[in-house]
Amino acid sequence: MSAPTITLPADSPPMKAESKALDFYYGNFKALKRVSMPVYEHKVTALIGPSGCGKSTFLRCFNRMHDLYPGNRYDGTIQLLPDAVNLLDPGVDPIEVRMRISMVFQKPNPFPKSIYENVAYGLRVRGEKSRTYLDDKVEAALKGAAIWEEVKDRLDEVATNLSGGQQQRLCIARALATDPEMLLFDEPTSALDPIATGSIEELINELKDKVSILIVTHNMQQAARVSDFVGYMYLGEMIEFGDTKEIFMKPKRRETEDYITGRFG
Amino acid sequence: MSDKHLSTQFDAELSGISTRVLEMGGLVESQVAQSIYALTNFSGETASQVLKQEENVNAMEVEIDRDLSTIIARRQPTARDLRLLIAVSKTIANLERVGDEAARIARTVQRVLNSGVSSRLRLPMSDLAFEADLAIAQLRKALDAFARLDTAKALEVLKQDDLIDREFDGLLRKLITYMMEDPRTISTSIDLVFVAKAIERVGDHAKNLAEVIIYIVKGTDVRHNPLEAVESMVR
Repeated sequence: MSAPTITLPADSPPMKAESKALDFYYGNFKALKRVSMPVYEHKVTALIGPSGCGKSTFLRCFNRMHDLYPGNRYDGTIQLLPDAVNLLDPGVDPIEVRMRISMVFQKPNPFPKSIYENVAYGLRVRGEKSRTYLDDKVEAALKGAAIWEEVKDRLDEVATNLSGGQQQRLCIARALATDPEMLLFDEPTSALDPIATGSIEELINELKDKVSILIVTHNMQQAARVSDFVGYMYLGEMIEFGDTKEIFMKPKRRETEDYITGRFG
Repeated sequence: MSDKHLSTQFDAELSGISTRVLEMGGLVESQVAQSIYALTNFSGETASQVLKQEENVNAMEVEIDRDLSTIIARRQPTARDLRLLIAVSKTIANLERVGDEAARIARTVQRVLNSGVSSRLRLPMSDLAFEADLAIAQLRKALDAFARLDTAKALEVLKQDDLIDREFDGLLRKLITYMMEDPRTISTSIDLVFVAKAIERVGDHAKNLAEVIIYIVKGTDVRHNPLEAVESMVR
């Protein structure tokens, strides 16, 4: 494959993170091949590509999800800025990374606990005990995830009673509670109906004022709607990265164009 | 751009709409040619035919527009597919206006005939026919370029637009001379000035079409740029 086509914006907004020549192995299988890409601060960056292209694998590197399985190996760096710490450095505590970079998954996965405890969980892990502090944080996170009005009178109810869309917003609230700098979304709406999807997309747009967002999506129209930048991946490589408007109107690479116009395969 | 979509139905829709644009193009091209025939042969019958055709052209524009909306709503096209559809929308608007110009010429012919002007009156009809030939050739070339998505040909159209403009200026001077020499030709000459202008507008529409073809293929909007700049963008 030829070198990736990375088109950086002319006004070079500040970066929140940068992946540099990242290789990743599941045992002997090389799932990512020298992936380099910026994540800009207060912007939404979408990763698109066919199944198995490595976009979720790449996303998961950002909060060290792969650490849980032996044999997985990172090679290369992901720097979190401005302090330029390499997230993948074995000396860096993955729990600390996950406090700073939260993740929301494909299927809403609330804990079988109350709504309140779901959101307070990360803070309790961090050792917070003050009830008033937790109350404030839980309320702020639920407001930030645009679900406060719907649940404020039933915070003690079990979270799994909520609808799918509400559960997903609750998971976003849980992710927000630790005041992360970055949010990772792994196909956050693929299990939701169009209305719930719309509210999550609206939320993503509001959240970028506070955090930098990296989102994996199978839905190209969603990438076109919510993102500022797009990375197209194929077979573990970054093929093209650039401004969303450019990618969807006039991509530079033929491979990208074939994929987004549905000519792939 | 031969590659097929995963959805063959989408391919069929896109090629179907392109085909109908070309059909509409063929229709207005013959309308212009007929209107000029009506003018140079003082044929009221042909002029009426041109006016009758206009309804078909208008109906075609509406129909293609409706299909465009359907494709956009259902397929959510991106990149070159989206550019093609945007281009089709602009193209049919331009073609419809070419049809309007032909109708304008046809109505002028009817008016001139009704005013009882003799065909023996000396008027620069062959010059008008020549300008019209240039414009029709430009239109045909632009439609060819659209059919093949041929940017080199589109560029030729842009380059030759100047010829029609110069021909129009020449005609204007000539008509003024006729009017000065023989005041009986004044009213008809003024009509012919509008005909010359209508033909020149046909050339402009061909030029717009050519610009749209470059947009489809290259993704670059070349409107309002000097020719040299356009040439380097196309390369």
